[in-house]
Amino acid sequence: MIRFDNVSKRYPGGHEALSNLMLDIDAGELVFVTGHSGAGKSTLLRLIGLIERPTRGQVLVDKRSTRGIGRRGLAAYRRDIGMVFQDHKLLFDRTVFDNVALPLVITGLRPRDIGKRVRAALDQVDLLSKEKQRPETLSSGEQQRVGIARAIVARPKIVIADEPTGNLDPELSRGIMTLFERFRDIGVTLLIASHDLSLITEMGHRRITLDRGRLTADSANPSGQQAFEID
Amino acid sequence: MQAWIGRHAQTALASLGKLAESPLATVLTVLVIGVTLALPGALQVLVKNALTVSGGWQGATDFSMYLQPDIDRAAADQLGNLLASRADIADVTLVDADEALEAFAENSGFGAALDALDNNPLPHALVVRPIASLSPEASALLKQELENLPEADIVQLDTEWVSRFQAMLQLVRRSILLAAGMLGLALLVVIGNTIRLDIQNRRDEIEIMQLVGASDGFIRRPFLYTGFWYGLAGGLAAVVLVAVATALLAGPVSALAGLYGGSWRLSGLDLRETGVLVAVGVGLGLAGSWLATARHMRRIEPK
Ligand SMILES: Nc1ncnc2c1ncn2[C@@H]1O[C@H](COP(=O)(O)OP(=O)(O)OP(=O)(O)O)[C@@H](O)[C@H]1O
Ligand SMILES: [Mg+2]
Repeated sequence: MIRFDNVSKRYPGGHEALSNLMLDIDAGELVFVTGHSGAGKSTLLRLIGLIERPTRGQVLVDKRSTRGIGRRGLAAYRRDIGMVFQDHKLLFDRTVFDNVALPLVITGLRPRDIGKRVRAALDQVDLLSKEKQRPETLSSGEQQRVGIARAIVARPKIVIADEPTGNLDPELSRGIMTLFERFRDIGVTLLIASHDLSLITEMGHRRITLDRGRLTADSANPSGQQAFEID
Repeated sequence: MQAWIGRHAQTALASLGKLAESPLATVLTVLVIGVTLALPGALQVLVKNALTVSGGWQGATDFSMYLQPDIDRAAADQLGNLLASRADIADVTLVDADEALEAFAENSGFGAALDALDNNPLPHALVVRPIASLSPEASALLKQELENLPEADIVQLDTEWVSRFQAMLQLVRRSILLAAGMLGLALLVVIGNTIRLDIQNRRDEIEIMQLVGASDGFIRRPFLYTGFWYGLAGGLAAVVLVAVATALLAGPVSALAGLYGGSWRLSGLDLRETGVLVAVGVGLGLAGSWLATARHMRRIEPK
C-alpha cells in the first residue's frame, strides 16, 4: 500500500531528516513509528501526505508514484488519507461539529448524511457532548480527539497520525488505539508516530524505529533491515 | 442539483455573514466601490438630460434672414407677408433694424460707441419659422430658396449651435466610456486587494482546507462570493448615490427650466441603466476576487 523507495529528505536548512529509507507497508497494516525527538517521524508521515516531497527516491501509494501528483491531483489524493497532526490544526472559529464535518463538506455529501457520520465519529472519540463548542474551550487532549474524529470521518484508505495520544491519559490513549485497531480490521492502513513505548509494546503491532533519519529497526523484518542500506 | 444549489446558497450566506462581522471595513469598501461607480453613472444622467433638452431645441428650426441694406421697412414688411403665406412657413416676424440696434446698444454696453455712428449699420431681418412637420431635407431646400431671393443677404439656421452642442455631448459621452473603463480598472484593484487581505487573514484556514483535501475551486468559492457581495452592494450604493444627486438637483433644475419657459424635468437612471450599473458592479466584484484568488491562493502551501 505504501512504499518508500530509497527516500531521502533534506530540508532547505541543509539537515538531512531522512536518509535512504526503504519501507513497505501492506494494505490493512497498523504500523507504529518510534524514535527520539527529531528522528524524522513527522517527516516520514508528511511525505505520505505530500506535505513535503522527497529530495531523492520516491514514495509509492497504492502502487502509484506520488511524484506525478501535481497541484490538481493533490486534493483528490488527500481525500483518501486521514491525517492527525501533532499540532491538531483545527479551525478555531468553527464548532467541533463543523471541524469534524470539513472532510465531508468538501466532498459535497448531503447535510443529513454529514450529520449522521460526524456524530458517529464524535461518539467514537467520546466527544459527542461537545459538538457545539469551539476548539479553544476544549482541553488539549479533547482537541487532539477532535483531530482524530476529523481524520476518520470520511473513512479514508490510509490514516497517518502524528502523536495522536500525546496529550491523553493512559485510559483514553488505549481507547484511541483500540479505535485504530477497529479501522485496521476493516482494511484501513494506519501509520502512527508515538512515544508511548509501553502502550506500543503492549499492543504488539509492527513497529519501526528511526534514528537520526535512518531506519534502525523494523519488527516485521528483525534481521534484514540493515542489508537494505547501502552506505 | 438541489444539493448543489443548497451548498452554493450556504457558501453565499456564510460569505455575507463574514462581511457583517466587520461592518465598518465592509461599509467603507462598499462606499469606495459605490462612489467610483456613481461617477460615470452621474455623468451618464447629465449627458442624457442635456441631450433630451437640446433635442427639444432642435425642433425650433428658425431661420434668421438678414435682408440687403437697401431694403426699406415697407419692402421688408411686404416680403414678410409674402413668405408668411407659404404653406411650409408657419410664421414670420420682422426685426426692425432700428429696434435691433437699440436693443444691442442696451444689452452690449457699447451704447456710447454706437452713438458715434451716424447711420445704422444693421439691416432689417426676418425670423422665419417653418411648420413643425418640415423634414430636415425640406428645411435645407427652404433655406436655399430663401438665400436665392434677391432681397436676402444672409440666411442662418438658428439651430446650428444646437447641433454643435449635441456633437460635443456625444464626445463627452465617449469620454465617459473611457473614464468608466479606467475607473473599472481601479475598482478591480480595490476589490482584488481587499480579497487579498482576506486571503492572508484566513491563511491558516486555507491551509487546513488543503490538508483535508479541499480543491482549489472549493477554497476559492467563498472568496468569489465575497467579491460578488462587494460588487452587488457597491452597485446598489452607486444607484442610490445617483438617485440622491438627481433628487437634490431636481428642484433647481425645474426652476431653471421655468426661467426659460420650459417644463422639462431631470430624469434619473432608467431601469436599463440601473441594471447595467449593478451588473458592472457584480462583474467587477467577481473578476477582482477571481484575480486575487488565482494570484494569492496558490502561494499558500500547508507546512
Ligand atoms: N520545516 C523544516 N525545516 C527545516 N528542518 C526541519 C523542518 N521540519 C523538520 N526539520 C528537521 O528535520 C528533523 C526531523 O524532524 P521531524 O519533525 O521529522 O522529527 P520528529 O521525529 O517528528 O520529532 P518529534 O518527536 O520531536 O516530533 C529535525 O532535525 C528537524 O529539526
Ligand atoms: Mg514530530
